[in-house]
Amino acid sequence: MLLTLLNQRLRNFLDQLGELAQLVGEAGRSLRHQRPSWRDFIDQLYFVGVKSQSVVITTGAATGMVLCAQTYFQFHKVKMDTATGAVVSVGMSSELGPVLAGLMLTARVGAAMAAELGTMKVTEQIDALRTLATHPVDYLVVPRLLATVVAGPLLTAEAIIVGIAASYMVGVNLLGIEGAYYLAYINRYTEPQDVLIGLIKATWFGGLIAMVSCHKGLTCPQGAEGVGRATTEAVVAASITILISNFFLTLLLTRLFN
Amino acid sequence: MALSAPDTRFVKEPNRMIEVRNLWKSFGSQPVLRGTSLRIERGEAVVVIGRSGGGKSVLLKHLIALLQADQGEVLIEGQNLCQLNERQLLSVRRKFGMLFQTAALFDSLTVYENVSFVLRRERKQTEGEIRRLVAEALEMVELPGIEEKKPAELSGGMRKRVGLARAIVYRPEIVLYDEPTTGLDPIAGARIDSLIRRVWQQLHVTSVAVTHDMASAKRISDRILMLHEGVIYADARTPEILNSTDPIVYNFVHGIPTHKPAANTTAAPFSPDI
Repeated sequence: MLLTLLNQRLRNFLDQLGELAQLVGEAGRSLRHQRPSWRDFIDQLYFVGVKSQSVVITTGAATGMVLCAQTYFQFHKVKMDTATGAVVSVGMSSELGPVLAGLMLTARVGAAMAAELGTMKVTEQIDALRTLATHPVDYLVVPRLLATVVAGPLLTAEAIIVGIAASYMVGVNLLGIEGAYYLAYINRYTEPQDVLIGLIKATWFGGLIAMVSCHKGLTCPQGAEGVGRATTEAVVAASITILISNFFLTLLLTRLFN
Repeated sequence: MALSAPDTRFVKEPNRMIEVRNLWKSFGSQPVLRGTSLRIERGEAVVVIGRSGGGKSVLLKHLIALLQADQGEVLIEGQNLCQLNERQLLSVRRKFGMLFQTAALFDSLTVYENVSFVLRRERKQTEGEIRRLVAEALEMVELPGIEEKKPAELSGGMRKRVGLARAIVYRPEIVLYDEPTTGLDPIAGARIDSLIRRVWQQLHVTSVAVTHDMASAKRISDRILMLHEGVIYADARTPEILNSTDPIVYNFVHGIPTHKPAANTTAAPFSPDI
């Protein structure tokens, strides 16, 4: 009984992985052979990039502040207060910036994509698109993929900058760390590759969010319940994949750049 | 009523437009189509009737390859759709316009953007020409001047008419109608039917509709196919179907539940003549 259930779960997982791989392949073919609609791309870029700024800025600032405070409390015990800035800077650039921006984008953008495409699926709008001689991947997936791949690193860069600035405010103005030392340690210990690793991760996360969410939307089961389930599954699957792939990307990119 | 008007185009141009051969389709363990076969000639106005849940919409969706057959062939002008992938199907689908049961308008777009969708993606006309074509299509469905409205602002009947405008604006050769009058009051339904008839007559398209509404079937068809238990059970000119004494056809046409005895069951049953 348990084995049968596990077998079925594994089969479902592999089926979905196969469908996702097919969707990625189809998006690649579309990018090679079709001219993307710039208008749709700009619309999506506005939705993904501009409209997500408040969420990403708030997340970056809050993370920078709490990371600074917690690092300071621990480092203060061993008289290393001034190294706080370096820890915050490296942590925000290569890990927390891309991961938290990715998770926030998943919640805001991924959920919206899955719900929108899912609703289109259950109201026959995807079928209507196909009858109008339009491939759903060309019209729906590719502009979203391009928008998240472009907006992901930009929003992450914004989150990193805001996070470091917020940590400076907390560290220097609230916790009393010397400002010059704070900046000097940030400069000394933050390498360009730390930022580069963060931006590469953000690009990957952006593509991942779009593909997982669009896949869940396009394969949405019928009815309102189906749309709800597809949206939840998109957020859960994209979030987990971001967290797991982040670990492997850290190992891979650190080896590559060091 | 143009019900009995002879289709002269059909006589002059006996071209095979649509052919379905031995089509099988199941959903899970539930078989829906069990070896369905049919032929539709260029310029015909055909209606497929049958019980709700009997597979009419499934059959219609196979004609434009929105569903993949388990077995069998769907040929459009001799081209087998079952052998084409999704991207290859795009050029074949350009021959079709389809009106969905729910109209399926893109709710994030305006009426103008919906109707001009194909034309703007093809980029073959200037924006001015596209505006003119959209205005003509909306005029044809008796909804002029609503270009800037959103689908949510329209009634059910208006949405269907915009859906029809979207389906015909790029001059397809075949127009498919999935339950065109379902959910409409009798007057709105009759209006849609007259538009369907007008599109067929003025644009010289091949018209294929599925419906269980016999009043609508009478108005928009020259030939009726009856889908029963997954196969085409009856195939005849509209007056013959309406006057049929075959018990299954008679009961359906007159809305008599099958457990009751039919009014006249003496005639031999229909045999699919394809």
